[in-house]
Formats: sequence, structure tokens, C-alpha cells
Amino acid sequence: MSLVIIQYNAGNIQSVMYALERLGVQATVTDNVQAIQSADKVIFPGVGEASTAMQYLQERGLDKLIKNLKQPVLGICLGMQLMCTYSEENDTNCLGIFEEQVKLFKPIESTIKVPQIGWNTITHLKSNLFKGVHEESYTYFVHGYYAALGKHTIATTNYVQPYSSALQRDNFYGVQFHPEKSAKVGEQIIENFLSV
Amino acid sequence: MLTKRIIPCLDIKDGRTVKGINFEQIRDAGDPIELGAFYAEQGADELVFLDITATVEKRKTLSELVNKIAHKINIPFTVGGGIKTEEDVSVLLQNGADKISVNTAAFLDPTIINRFAKNFGSQCVVLAIDAKCEEDNNWYVYLNGGREKTDKLVTEWAKEAVGLGVGEILLTSMNHDGTKQGFALDITAQLAETLPVPIIASGGGGNEQHFLDVFTHGKADAALAASIFHYKEVAIPDLKQYLHQKGIAIRL
Repeated sequence: MSLVIIQYNAGNIQSVMYALERLGVQATVTDNVQAIQSADKVIFPGVGEASTAMQYLQERGLDKLIKNLKQPVLGICLGMQLMCTYSEENDTNCLGIFEEQVKLFKPIESTIKVPQIGWNTITHLKSNLFKGVHEESYTYFVHGYYAALGKHTIATTNYVQPYSSALQRDNFYGVQFHPEKSAKVGEQIIENFLSV
Repeated sequence: MLTKRIIPCLDIKDGRTVKGINFEQIRDAGDPIELGAFYAEQGADELVFLDITATVEKRKTLSELVNKIAHKINIPFTVGGGIKTEEDVSVLLQNGADKISVNTAAFLDPTIINRFAKNFGSQCVVLAIDAKCEEDNNWYVYLNGGREKTDKLVTEWAKEAVGLGVGEILLTSMNHDGTKQGFALDITAQLAETLPVPIIASGGGGNEQHFLDVFTHGKADAALAASIFHYKEVAIPDLKQYLHQKGIAIRL
């Protein structure tokens, strides 16, 4: 199986690669169009800011490429948010794979911190991505913007309000949390993606 | 629900963990990678590796060590110690660190916070503050590992640093550090209640009750400790079970 991690101007690519290595899987990090198109599976990582990331993808034609991929694609964190239609982060039009929109957490109580940093539960799990993962399992999150609940929601997390901690549409999967940093639960989710 | 975090801290000198540790479960407790992996397995929510190596030359090995840690450990970790430039940060992040912490260098030149946050994102910039309560009942910022006093109030510096873009604050009370008499609840709560970023409390955790106190009265988002974990005075699984039973949101 060939596995590609899309290289672009966002962080956490190494962490994803090391997590795959721990599972005995070698991935290629590339922004080469042909390499991405011909891969069996594609991971679209991301820690960063939406508008600069989208601009980078557009300049290289990666936006159209990602949208039209037919193999399983897993977006992580910002990667998942960029797969939605729109992000409030610097008023950014995104890839439009998921119809859900990305909004800024606006807590009413000042004691709730933004961004959310830490471990939170995932519930209402409904995808083969979560095979063997229990309801209320903990995963690691770092984000100030969230994808609203919608028809593509396959996991729900509660912070300020319930939101989509994972999305799926056909061959496209997205997770808001960091499976590469979510201990055994995260490893299970990555393994599930590798075997879809 | 977002949980409170338990964070063991490992001091690194010349590539080895410092304090004398002896765990039956691991072969080499002086090896930061093995010890870190052990804590991750035990249920630690994050790890902090603090490099206290004296010389710059020896510090170069830190990035290699970080790379090995990143290969092995499946939870987030922060690296601190002597970080001054974008290049320092970039090398550590590229080798797999999730966050970096800054202390003295940021105080002496606060613009680095701004630059780090802009280049790498606030989420990976942790500000460590060594704080000491003086006789006038005010908390002051100390530098250089607590050796040098400043006239700056902790509350002022923390607020300023958040404005510049730090994503978290690691607050160590020098009055409590090493005492095992409990965390500094008042100053921790004061920061936690007024600042929009998570506060990691450090210094003084000696038993399970102290952690409960710092999460309830201290309003801390996370609590960090070193020797009590290293010397097995408090075991992470027991601590987390205790906190869970006391109604604290915790990852089991």
C-alpha cells in the first residue's frame, strides 16, 4: 500500500509520519500531483492558519487535486477544517468537500479558554473509522475554530457547544483531534483509516 | 468534557534525565525516551522535557533527542531550555516537539513571543514563569532558573505575554517548589480566572489531595510535577483514579 502525506505550509507533518512509523507504515511526504493522485491513501495534515494554507494550496493547484481524489483521504485538524465549505478564520473559502462550516469558539463564560487545548471525549461515533473505539474515548485537541454539526458528522465533541470532531463524506474523512498524539485511541483510528 | 491534564516534567542534562530514578518496569530510567514512554503508558496527558544542559555545544544533541522522543511517544510533549531564536524553535518543531517553552529569553526580549506565535502558532508557545511571593505579599517574576529577581509582577508579565501571543502559561511557584506542601493556589487561580489561556500549575505537588486542590481552588487547567512521579511517591494511574472519584474531569 502506498501512503502519501500532503506537504504544504502547515505543521505536524513529522508527528503524523512518526505515528505511522510506530504502526510499521512508511509514508511519503510530497506535494507532487502525480504522487498524490496515484497513492492508495492520502493524509492531509495541518496545524496552522486557514487563509494562508488555502492560498498555498491554490497557488499549487492542490485545492482542485484534493477535492477530486477518489482514494481514502484523511484530513487532520486544520486539514479537516480546510475540507469544509468555509472558515471564519480570516473569512476563508475552503475546499467544500464537507458542507459544514468552520466557526470560532465564542464562550459566554470567561473561564472557558480558547483555543481548546487538551483531551476531550468523542461521542455518537458512526463510521468504520471508529471500529473498536469506544464511545466517550479521549482524544487530544488543539483548536480555536470548530466545524458545526451537520449531515457529515461522524463524531461529536462538546466544548462551548456540541460540534463535529469528525466528518465523513464518501472517501473523505476528517478528524479535528490529533490521532497522532492521542495515545492508543489515536493509533486505533489511524489503523482503521489504513484498512478502510 | 475537556479534562484536566497531569504532566510529568523530565529534566535533561547532556541527554540524560537528571534525578535519580529507579523504576522496575524500565531498563534505563536515565534515558529520557524510555522514561517518557513509561509515563505515556501510565496515562500522563502530556510531557515536558526541560533541558538544563549548561553549554550551547552540548545542547545541539537536544534536537536529536527530541527526534527520538517524537518517534517513540504517542502523546504531546513540550521542550524547553535555552530557546532564544526562531531557528531554535524551528529545529525542535521539525524534529517532532509539539510545543516549546520560553522563560528568561522571552522576558528579556518580549518580541520573541510575538515572532514565535506568528511563525509557529500560539498553540506551540508556552511561557514558563518562575514566580516568588515576597514579603510585601506580591508575586514577582524571577529569571535564570530562579537566581535573578526582577521588579515585574507575575500578573503583569503574564497578561502582557498573553497579549503578545503565548498559548499557555506554565507557572512555577518558587515558594512551593520542592516543599511537597501543595501548589500555590491563590496566584494560580488569579491567573486562571483572568487570562484566556490555559494555566499549568507547577511546584509543591506532594500528594493526591494537592492536585485536587489545584484543580478546584487553584482553577488550574493542568498540573505539572517531577520528583513525586520520578520517586514513585505518587503513581499517575492512582492519582487519576483519585481525581476521577472526586469528580474532576480526567482521562482514564
